[in-house]
Amino acid sequence: MTEQNTFRSVLCRLCRENKLAVFSAGVILLFVVLAILAPVLTPYGYDEIVNAANRLAPPSAEHWMGTDEVGRDVLTRMLYGSRISLLVGIVPTVVSMLAGAVLGILAGYLGGRVDSIIMRLADIMLAFPSMLLAMVIMYTLGDGIINIFLALALVNWASVARIVRAETLKLREAEYVEAARSIGVGRFTIMRRHILPNCIPSLIVLFTLNIPSAILSESSLSFLGLGIQKPMASWGLMVNTGRQYLYTNPWLSLAPSVAIMLIVLAFNFLGDGLRDVLDPHLKKQ
Amino acid sequence: MEKTTLNVEHLCASFFTDHGEIRAVNDVSFQVPKRSIIGIVGESGCGKSMTARSIMRLIKYPGKIVSGSISLVGKELTALSETEMSNVRGEEISLIFQEPMTSLNPVMKVGKQVREVVLLHRRVTKKEAKAEVLRMFEKVGISEPEKRYECYPHELSGGLRQRVMIAMAMICRPKLLIADEPTTALDVTVEAQILELMKNLRDEIGTSIILISHNLGVVAELCDYVHVMYAGRIVEQAETFELFDHPRHPYTVGLMNARASLEQQQTVLDTIPGTVPNLAALPEGCSFAPRCAQCGGRCHECVPELTEVLPGHFVRCHLAQQGV
Amino acid sequence: MSNIIRRIGQTVVILLGVALLIFIMLRIIPGNAIVTMMGEHANAEAIERMTAELGLDQPFYVQFWRYITGVFSGDLGTSYSLNRPVGELIATSFPNTARLAIAAALFAWVLGIVCGIIAAVRKNGILDHLFMGVSLLGVSVPVFMVAMVLQYLLAYKLDLFPISSGNAGAIGYVLPAIALGWNSAGSIARLTRSTLAEVLQEDYIDTARAKGLRRLPVITRHALRNAVLPVITMMAVQLSSLLSGAVICETVFSINGIGRLAVQAIEGRDIPLLQGTILFSTALVILGNLVADCLYSLLDPRIRKEV
Repeated sequence: MTEQNTFRSVLCRLCRENKLAVFSAGVILLFVVLAILAPVLTPYGYDEIVNAANRLAPPSAEHWMGTDEVGRDVLTRMLYGSRISLLVGIVPTVVSMLAGAVLGILAGYLGGRVDSIIMRLADIMLAFPSMLLAMVIMYTLGDGIINIFLALALVNWASVARIVRAETLKLREAEYVEAARSIGVGRFTIMRRHILPNCIPSLIVLFTLNIPSAILSESSLSFLGLGIQKPMASWGLMVNTGRQYLYTNPWLSLAPSVAIMLIVLAFNFLGDGLRDVLDPHLKKQ
Repeated sequence: MEKTTLNVEHLCASFFTDHGEIRAVNDVSFQVPKRSIIGIVGESGCGKSMTARSIMRLIKYPGKIVSGSISLVGKELTALSETEMSNVRGEEISLIFQEPMTSLNPVMKVGKQVREVVLLHRRVTKKEAKAEVLRMFEKVGISEPEKRYECYPHELSGGLRQRVMIAMAMICRPKLLIADEPTTALDVTVEAQILELMKNLRDEIGTSIILISHNLGVVAELCDYVHVMYAGRIVEQAETFELFDHPRHPYTVGLMNARASLEQQQTVLDTIPGTVPNLAALPEGCSFAPRCAQCGGRCHECVPELTEVLPGHFVRCHLAQQGV
Repeated sequence: MSNIIRRIGQTVVILLGVALLIFIMLRIIPGNAIVTMMGEHANAEAIERMTAELGLDQPFYVQFWRYITGVFSGDLGTSYSLNRPVGELIATSFPNTARLAIAAALFAWVLGIVCGIIAAVRKNGILDHLFMGVSLLGVSVPVFMVAMVLQYLLAYKLDLFPISSGNAGAIGYVLPAIALGWNSAGSIARLTRSTLAEVLQEDYIDTARAKGLRRLPVITRHALRNAVLPVITMMAVQLSSLLSGAVICETVFSINGIGRLAVQAIEGRDIPLLQGTILFSTALVILGNLVADCLYSLLDPRIRKEV
């Protein structure tokens, strides 16, 4: 990272220039705290049928968001659902960023056959409508949260690789890289020491902008019944089951939808703010 | 018949930023006599481009004309509505920019871009307009006009592009042409050709020209009158020969010394010490005082007036005024 | 010309790659596809017969070769669960998806571009902030949420539109199209704004104003043509996300389109059908990319020259 992009200065500029981004960071932090403290915050279990007689109850003092179709506390399931959403936002994004960055740098720096194999593969992955690709992967792998991580990572690595490769191509010609090459620094050392660190600002921005799209993908998959399975609580799954009661108990599907929207919006605002501060030339994409 | 094409009086224009008002053009007055070429000289950031844009009423946001009058052959431009002003632009006043590379639309054939001006201001058919464009292309020295008409800007050289810009500016025979650094981006040989062309067009069409430049050589060659601007103000104005022979303002003197003079066999170029002052925080008194070798006590106290030291020769300097 | 031919060649390679990838993915599922398909209780003989019939006892490359030659002669196989040719199923459901996607695209493009233009022209004004805020909301809401909110409010509460679009004709497509286009409208508005704002800073815009052009023609004749170029490249990307969103929209509004067919295929463990729908949708996106590329080079003379 260059000097002007030290962690503290970025934070300062973000605070000064984009209050909304800072606020969004606060919202995200709040979600994280709620997700971690879920068992402490609620007396019920996420799969605990609290009141079998009182199904589909409207909001009340004991159940702030009412109960669902089998009599579970909705707020509890919302809290546990935030764990899934955050995990699904972060884990596959980290994996796809790592894979994308490594492959992108290899393709960009080594060029030749490595480049064309990696990039053709990326082209093929990018040709699929992402939702359909994720569906096929989920079909192949079967249900389960680990498989969702895998599916989303597989869907997302290609776009990261493409951006990192473009950056690497630019950096490869930079003078300090040529200088390093001329004094005999090895290829892999150059990639690790000189290329990767300079890609980090772009990667951070991509990271914050890929999280919300991963969250949306998971909720869509779960909404279709191809993602998280009962009795686990995922917001998308809650919308799916709540949908049958849309006309009688709209909050059942509305509450998790709003939660998804809020967290996605928060990540998007933060990503936008970071992009403006960190990496002006990413703006065009 | 009016003798002056353009009369600018007490023009003030500012940028309104978050940090307050920045006065880029400060109480500027000058005339452009009919069929004359006047030069406005100064370092970048001195307000010369802003003056040009003010006359066209094309100041970029957040800039605005604050006060003053601009009258074109008796027509007060500052009082016109936006629609009336757009009828004046291209028809009575035209503007040529510094960068011929970027001032033409890259996705439109150059012929069409010139034709657009004709269609906008004349009641002619497209065919007649095209014929007019081809005639103008020939006049500005574009060979094979038919072929060039169909070209896109990226297919032409810098010199050709600037000729296209001149054709575009002159095709409606405007009363006034404002050329903002028209040759800065060009090779020296091309520069000479373009300047020659502008002079010929003045003679032929009778257009008055305001030439904005930081290059004293260009100004000396072409202009009848010269106005030197510094930090938003005109600091000296005179006929070209008078100014070059007897510069009175220390800034003008500095500018002239800063030019490489072949006759004097100089090995080291003189420079004016210091930099262009920050318009947001101008010093009290004469704006040039901090960079002026001869400045005295009064210079730091009050802004000097623009006074006539010789007939037709105005200077804004306490010292020069005392020296008379 | 050679550039376009090379581009078409690349497209064919990618298409083949896509087909191969789908083919592999659907054949590495744990357990025998035939058993899952025919149920646990089918007798061994029937399973064997079926396997031979479908050519699943052949080596992998033979299977792929057969499939690919089949695809090129218009034969996408037969659906296990619906017992009809996959090509036929796609042919009947594609028009519905096409209608939905075209309506959504129109909605998204008109709304996105108009809002983008206004925001760019009035940069940092109230409308700009409003539109950009709303557009970020647009890209942040899940498709199913927009769909369900519209369905609940406009179809159920106010009874303005049919709840299910299956047999409702054109009016049935209004809500699904809005729900589907909402996301795209947001990203198109944002892109239009940023490219147009950039173009409006260019010198040739000043030149156009100096010619005496009024504000509006400067934008329509000079700025838009330049600003629209990056927006066109986005078209192909949008096609891909429209097809993704269509899966959800068709499910919520009960439209018998490609997306719903894919969901049905997964639920019925119907490999030929799933394979066919995915291949078809992806081919559409790839062709869309190709068209966008050609369009781009037609509109930008700087690239046209190289072609």
